[in-house]
Amino acid sequence: MRLSLSITAGLAVILVAAACGGGGQPQVAVGPDPDSIAREQRIRDSIAAAERARRDSIARAEEARRRARADSIASARAETEAVLAMVAERIHFDFDRSNIRPGEDTGILEQKLRVLQANPGLQVEIVGHCDERGSDEYNLALGQRRSLSAKQFLVDRGINPDRISVRSMGEEQPIDMGHDEDAWAQNRRDEFIVIAGGDQLSRPPGM
Amino acid sequence: MRRATAWVVFAVSATAGASAVPVVGQDTIPPIEGGVRLGITYTPGMRPGMLVLGGPRTAVLDSVRTILRRDLDFSDQFEIITLPEGDGLMIGMGPVAPPDVQARPSGVFVNYPLYAALGADYSVGVFTGSDSTRLQVRLYDVHGESERREFGLPVGDVADPEFRMVVHRVADGIVRAATGVPGVAATKVAFIQGKRLYVVDSDGANRAPVSPAGMSAFSPAWDPRGERIVFAELTRGLAKLHLLGLTDGTPRVVPPTNDLLNFAATFSPDGRLLAFSRSGEHGTDVYSYNLAQDCCLQRLTVGRFSDNLSPTFSPDGRRIAFVSTRVGPPQIYVMSVDGTGQELFAPFDYGVTGSSNAPEWSPDGTQIAFHRDVAGSPQIFLMDVRSREVRQLTSAGRNEDPTWAPDGRHLAFISSRTGSRQVWTIDTETGRVRQLSAFGGARLPAWSPHIPVQNQPSR
Repeated sequence: MRLSLSITAGLAVILVAAACGGGGQPQVAVGPDPDSIAREQRIRDSIAAAERARRDSIARAEEARRRARADSIASARAETEAVLAMVAERIHFDFDRSNIRPGEDTGILEQKLRVLQANPGLQVEIVGHCDERGSDEYNLALGQRRSLSAKQFLVDRGINPDRISVRSMGEEQPIDMGHDEDAWAQNRRDEFIVIAGGDQLSRPPGM
Repeated sequence: MRRATAWVVFAVSATAGASAVPVVGQDTIPPIEGGVRLGITYTPGMRPGMLVLGGPRTAVLDSVRTILRRDLDFSDQFEIITLPEGDGLMIGMGPVAPPDVQARPSGVFVNYPLYAALGADYSVGVFTGSDSTRLQVRLYDVHGESERREFGLPVGDVADPEFRMVVHRVADGIVRAATGVPGVAATKVAFIQGKRLYVVDSDGANRAPVSPAGMSAFSPAWDPRGERIVFAELTRGLAKLHLLGLTDGTPRVVPPTNDLLNFAATFSPDGRLLAFSRSGEHGTDVYSYNLAQDCCLQRLTVGRFSDNLSPTFSPDGRRIAFVSTRVGPPQIYVMSVDGTGQELFAPFDYGVTGSSNAPEWSPDGTQIAFHRDVAGSPQIFLMDVRSREVRQLTSAGRNEDPTWAPDGRHLAFISSRTGSRQVWTIDTETGRVRQLSAFGGARLPAWSPHIPVQNQPSR
């Protein structure tokens, strides 16, 4: 706003200067009388120059405004994406267990807690997954238990339970198709999916 | 019409009285190729039988012979031996059949002394009429030198899609006539492969998808009449139950399962109730729903910090066995059909016995089949309901999700013993196993009741 005001003021100065220059010419009579046609031409040129200057100035101002807006959108988007990455970070589980492991996984959930606190409109879905070893039917229940564990962690710390829904994919959707402990460990997980309020997210304070 | 009647004659011997001691742990025996064992006696005290083929080789009787031989072998109740000269041994040939094929064809000659000398207890004759629209079956008692039972079934052409099932019914009738309990050839097995629901005949033929393409199907179960299948459709971490009529092929959602994660459903023996597992904000519990009245969703278990799932009805419809994690790892529990009287069913040693899952109550009510982890691999177990004694049936590879045949003697299950997950069957009395067919990646099998006759008045 301040920028556009100063540009408008500058434009006025240029226009006034052009008008005065045009008006002062006849009083300085040096040599033969200037050709009236040439004089009018000069007046027209100077008016055109002023007009060009005005247009350029407006264009520069608009460009500056556009860039500023883009910068601010880009920075907001970068912030949102950083926060979405925090939301999406998976947690993992021990074989046939659904308790939250202290340490790394607790830290990941603490981060999600602060994100949810900083973004009251954010709603997430937690989807529990299992490795291929357990019984097919039992794994649906185990996956549900895993998503419920993460939800309980967040609800216990003050998040409204209505903001978190839970689901289970059992062993139906592995992310590592291998059949060894590395693959199984990757597949025993909770995934976190934004279902509402994720268009613009704020970083929690200090993060 | 040159020849009006043709027949195939089998002679078979029964294993009656020879199976008192269950044989356990024979599941490493290689599968039997082609359905015929030649001279192998696998049950102590059993006499070898024989298979005698004769008569004109019409297309229908060739097919009947092949299917019957396989079905009778798969019943695990008979020893059937092909004579080296079997096809050349003419038992007899009638002149012109009487108009009524139910009348004894005049030319049939049943050589009782020969069959008895070869060790047979029974002989089977199968006849077709001149227009091949009917199969007439006779079971002869070799030692009594008399006809024991006769029955007939309408049959279409060999190309008729129902043809094999009719012949399977003939086999089941023969088993019933000889042993008192019908065979299980005229049945099907449903299973999941590549997230789609398939059905295959009990002998591995006619494998076909029955759920719509693109629908992620899970945990099928048959209704007691063999007309419908209930299965779960998994969608993004939720699941609804569908009832699929096998004649119209259109799935219909069970109303209260449009919400949450509903799976592992089972019919009550009278077909009126569904019991199923339902996961929500409180974990997983067993619910029942009255299908007959389309009402009355009822929660049968309340496990705040544990899960309850995979229900199975007792055949009297009064009890439900299920899986619960109430003391830690999943184990088999039982309750009344209204949810009262919940207690541990299959005993286990805490911290020692592996997880136990996927119970299915036997059709005669005497046993529960389930799988239990042994050294990291699931194995098929049986529990005697009265004594609650548990015994292990399998040991080779991973073996899981047992499902009873209607004879209460055979189980189908998923085994990875040859590498990929495939459907196998086991005779719980002899331990004989067979690979049902070679389709990899199969899971969650469900053995049907006897399949009802299609488009025919029941007889």
